[in-house]
Amino acid sequence: MSADIALNENKTKPPKKEKYYVQTIRRVLKNKLAVFGIIIIFIQVILAIFAPLLVNYGPYVQDLSQTKLGIGAEGHFLGTDNYGRDMWSRLVYGARISLIVGLAAVGIGLIGGIALGLISGYYKKLDGIIMRIVDLLFAFPGILLAMLIIAMLGTSLVNVVIAISIWSIPGCARIVRGSVLSVKKQEYILAMKSVGASDIRIIFKHILPNCTAPIIVFATMRMATAILSTAALSFLGLGAQPPTPEWGAMIAAGQDFMWDAPHMSIIPGIAIMLTVFAFNVVGDGLRDALDPNMNLDM
Amino acid sequence: MEQLLQVDNLVTQFRTAKGKLKAVRGISFSVKAEETLCIVGESGCGKSITSLSIMGLLPSNGEISQGSIRLGNEELVGKSDERLREFRGNKMSMIFQEPMTALNPVFTIGFQLREPLRIHKNMTKKEATAKSIDILTKVGISSPEKMLNQYPHELSGGMRQRVMIGMALACEPSLLIADEPTTALDVTIQAQILDLIDTLKSEMGMGVVFVTHDMGVVAEVADRVMVMYAGEVVEVGTVDELFSNPGHPYTKGLLAAVPNVDDVDQDLSIIPGSMPSLDDQITGCRFHSRCPYAMDVCKEKTPPSFKVSGTQEVKCWLQEVDNNGKSTTSSGSGEIKEILSN
Repeated sequence: MSADIALNENKTKPPKKEKYYVQTIRRVLKNKLAVFGIIIIFIQVILAIFAPLLVNYGPYVQDLSQTKLGIGAEGHFLGTDNYGRDMWSRLVYGARISLIVGLAAVGIGLIGGIALGLISGYYKKLDGIIMRIVDLLFAFPGILLAMLIIAMLGTSLVNVVIAISIWSIPGCARIVRGSVLSVKKQEYILAMKSVGASDIRIIFKHILPNCTAPIIVFATMRMATAILSTAALSFLGLGAQPPTPEWGAMIAAGQDFMWDAPHMSIIPGIAIMLTVFAFNVVGDGLRDALDPNMNLDM
Repeated sequence: MEQLLQVDNLVTQFRTAKGKLKAVRGISFSVKAEETLCIVGESGCGKSITSLSIMGLLPSNGEISQGSIRLGNEELVGKSDERLREFRGNKMSMIFQEPMTALNPVFTIGFQLREPLRIHKNMTKKEATAKSIDILTKVGISSPEKMLNQYPHELSGGMRQRVMIGMALACEPSLLIADEPTTALDVTIQAQILDLIDTLKSEMGMGVVFVTHDMGVVAEVADRVMVMYAGEVVEVGTVDELFSNPGHPYTKGLLAAVPNVDDVDQDLSIIPGSMPSLDDQITGCRFHSRCPYAMDVCKEKTPPSFKVSGTQEVKCWLQEVDNNGKSTTSSGSGEIKEILSN
């Protein structure tokens, strides 16, 4: 057989190529802002995991003799709130709540959104119905939808998760559907059909992995929104209830003392801002890095 | 010899905004085991739709409205998609025109080669990997173990087409449909791939339906040739008959349009006009508006297939003969014979 020509051509290529995800990470790390975001997220994750080891006082421990201490006070370097609870401790435990609520809400939202997106992208007949339902969800302002859901289910962090995840579904479904529509027209899907693969196999094994890039970007950006919305709902009294050390609830508690203890609102405010900013810039960085049209050696 | 694939009076139509349009208009043909049938024709003549009809992979607005497709003893038309899936990849397979896009970019070659084996043969990953190595060796790849872990973008077009062929033949189907498998490759690789398909055909005893518009490829691989024009078969014959004694003016036109490498100064011959669109209403022969020999009868009556020899059939009024072997065409048959013999 005269295969040698083609074979030799192949041998000249470098023997070991870098894996795709290694390349992607490398590209993200070239983006300075994204690196800054990754560091902040990393710190937050560390704080959330090791919270009990990092604090001297529990987040609920009150010391009424030491209320509203300012930043830099002895023993409480971020001060205390109006019940004498350690701000640092509450901040660290708040990071835990923010991350868990964000991850849970985005996770549930992704599962629902991916399922709906795959179905409506692949089956033309169901597309119309599903997309009209999605349109309906889009027509509500997000925070209003979340408030409506919480009004029905009652105020609690679990219900905040449910509300935010439902609100994440339509966006995710749209993005996944778009990718499916373009992927399913590719010849390799027809080729897979021609070797006898079933619809389920094609959808989950062959189409879904081709849609991961936009899903990853969406999930990262959505984390920022989810954390911000959790804080907003808690601030309004619809999410975490006192004395839970949730950042939004902490801002709400501090607003009565803006003049004599501004750090009670400012510290959790800065925490929310930094976290949201971090997730957004990382999402941006990922989008640039995963975009196949970007120059590879950027 | 038993026919492997028997297509009878196949009509495939598409639902469009202009109503139902027929892309394939009642074609019949057959393929035996170890035989290569080439389907030739211009773009849009229904070659690809014919092969997709056989595979049951028509786009969602297409349907087979008439006719039968038999593979071995099984009738394929009317079977549910689920039943058809058991045939695809297992008893019949297809390779595609663009090896660059026919492999999934996010999976390794190994993963994709294992798919048909795991679907049809219920093999474990280990067994399938062993078999994949076998297959890659068979399609002429020298370091198959290494290739299993490579991604499609790391391979050249010819290599990818070999992988595609390997994937299609993994379960040793009895029928292979090759839809212009060499069109996207450069000529040296083309020859290798044609050789490979030919070798595997005799090794595995497959029937091959080879769709192409390249007369050079036809001469290389075909046992029999079927020429299609505007959804109809205009001529069928063995490759020798077709090249030495083409009966249909369209076949002659196609052959005349093949450039001659020895003649530098030649003007390329063309067939004037273009293929009618699917919604054109044509009475009589579908080729008459472009045919240099068109007669009055061609504009009015659709020609039946005339048997020229035991194996050659031509759908053209010029071939009409009476029982005595004389042409019965009304307008000066002698003159036509003369034109044809030129």
